[in-house]
Amino acid sequence: MKLENINFPPEADPPRAEKSGSNLEKVFGAGAFAVTAELGPPKSADLEVIKTKVAQLKGAVDAANLTDNQTAIVRVSSIAAAKLIFDMGVEPIIQMTCRDRNRLAMQADILGAYLLGIRNMVCLSGDHQCFGNHPTARNVFDLDSLQLIQMVKNMRDNKVFACGEPIKNTAKAVPKEPRMFIGAAANPFADPFEFRVTRLEKKINAGADFVQTQCIFDMDRFKRWMELVRARGLHQRCKILAGLTPLKSVGMAKYMRDSVAGIKMPDHYVRRLEKSADPKVEGINICVEQIHELRNIEGVAGIHLMAIEWESKVAEIVQKAGLMPRPVVQNL
Amino acid sequence: MIVAEQKPIDEIKGYLQDCRNVLVLGCGTCVTVCLAGGEREAATLASILRLGGKQQAKELTIERQCDAEFFEPVKAVAEKCDAILSLACGIGVQMCARLFPEKQVYPALNTKFMGTNEAAGQWAENCLACGDCKLGLFGGICPVTRCSKSLANGPCGGSEDGKCEVDPDNIECGWQLIHDRLKALGKLADLNAITAPRDWSKTHSGGPRKLLREDVAGLE
Repeated sequence: MKLENINFPPEADPPRAEKSGSNLEKVFGAGAFAVTAELGPPKSADLEVIKTKVAQLKGAVDAANLTDNQTAIVRVSSIAAAKLIFDMGVEPIIQMTCRDRNRLAMQADILGAYLLGIRNMVCLSGDHQCFGNHPTARNVFDLDSLQLIQMVKNMRDNKVFACGEPIKNTAKAVPKEPRMFIGAAANPFADPFEFRVTRLEKKINAGADFVQTQCIFDMDRFKRWMELVRARGLHQRCKILAGLTPLKSVGMAKYMRDSVAGIKMPDHYVRRLEKSADPKVEGINICVEQIHELRNIEGVAGIHLMAIEWESKVAEIVQKAGLMPRPVVQNL
Repeated sequence: MIVAEQKPIDEIKGYLQDCRNVLVLGCGTCVTVCLAGGEREAATLASILRLGGKQQAKELTIERQCDAEFFEPVKAVAEKCDAILSLACGIGVQMCARLFPEKQVYPALNTKFMGTNEAAGQWAENCLACGDCKLGLFGGICPVTRCSKSLANGPCGGSEDGKCEVDPDNIECGWQLIHDRLKALGKLADLNAITAPRDWSKTHSGGPRKLLREDVAGLE
């Protein structure tokens, strides 16, 4: 990559009406229905994989999540991949899990990510290492996801590290704090159901600006959850992105139904794919129908597409859902 | 109690392959209760070693291997042996090594955890000795130990039907248990507060821990 192609972050601070100045924050600020998607970094030092996925997502999403050793499988680091996609013209959202880093490493990485131009991050507990390719590894969990959210907010709004020290190099220096638009995860399909709303409220109290939900298949349960969210006014305090995963095959639907904790897969989707002549097409049809349904739910501020190793279909889904072109929000 | 289980016999024999006279030393406290390293297990293990034909094994059991004062009755036998095979937890093995610096000392057990006896032959981990007990906040159920991720602010997305996704057949979701218990006590609102980051310096992260009770020490 040539030096002139590198997109250096803006020198000036964003206007203080904004928390981070990220494109995603601006899209929400403009009242648009937001679209984010997951971009899984490769399991090797293969830049072409990232380039291909960027080409598939560019123009179709407002920002893309870079997963952080997703399912505890080693991949290109989320921050390195975020810098690469930023330079290629897609706004990154880094994911950061509590599994692999203590509070020192997290804060160092947040400072570094900010200097690289990254303005969005999602704070996660992280999948347990038993699910990945290094099950004998030691986990960290120095902080949990709520404490991570709180730490990122304190860094941004109070300009202090987790230890309470100001974020500056000398006593007389002006603090230079990393300003992140803070995301969190919410899972309406895990248990205990009602506590899931309390946990969302705790994350908002800790500082979450937006949440991305676990992928939704059981729409009835999601609607019940949203009712509880609205009853507490949480949708007015935090942008809620409804998570969706397009189904590629009958086998995938059955696997999610039978083997993934925290996902509820109704049988009618499995049957619909079984009856279909082309399950891939039908999977996309289902996803588009879900988007139309979600847009009519009060408090849903956008969608988050987790097309697992199927990023090539994101633009088609967004197009068919009538969400193209994506808004271009100018600085004031 | 401290829960332990016996190592594979081949591993034990491997340690002892060059030893002739072996003291097989049981411990009369935790590992006796969890049926891993008491008088009976010491006798069985000594018999196995004798039957192997390579060792002359002599079994003895003392009340506690974590306390030097209980070793007096075995000192004479220990001085004459080539190696001590300790059936204590890791603490007792280390005490043996300290008290008999010229002897080879080997562990016969894997020390597993601190836990409860759940049913015949079943034990479960319940305390990580984190040094700053917060059970009073969580209805008497420890999130540090009972949650696979030691989360402090509620269950992760892998809690389903009261089970932990790490091993749904064998691990209950600690946070479901905390939730249900506080709900039953009418104290569910206690969980609305954000639990602050833990001070891990009080755990082993702060280095090997010691405790000095001056009031007790001053009595001697």
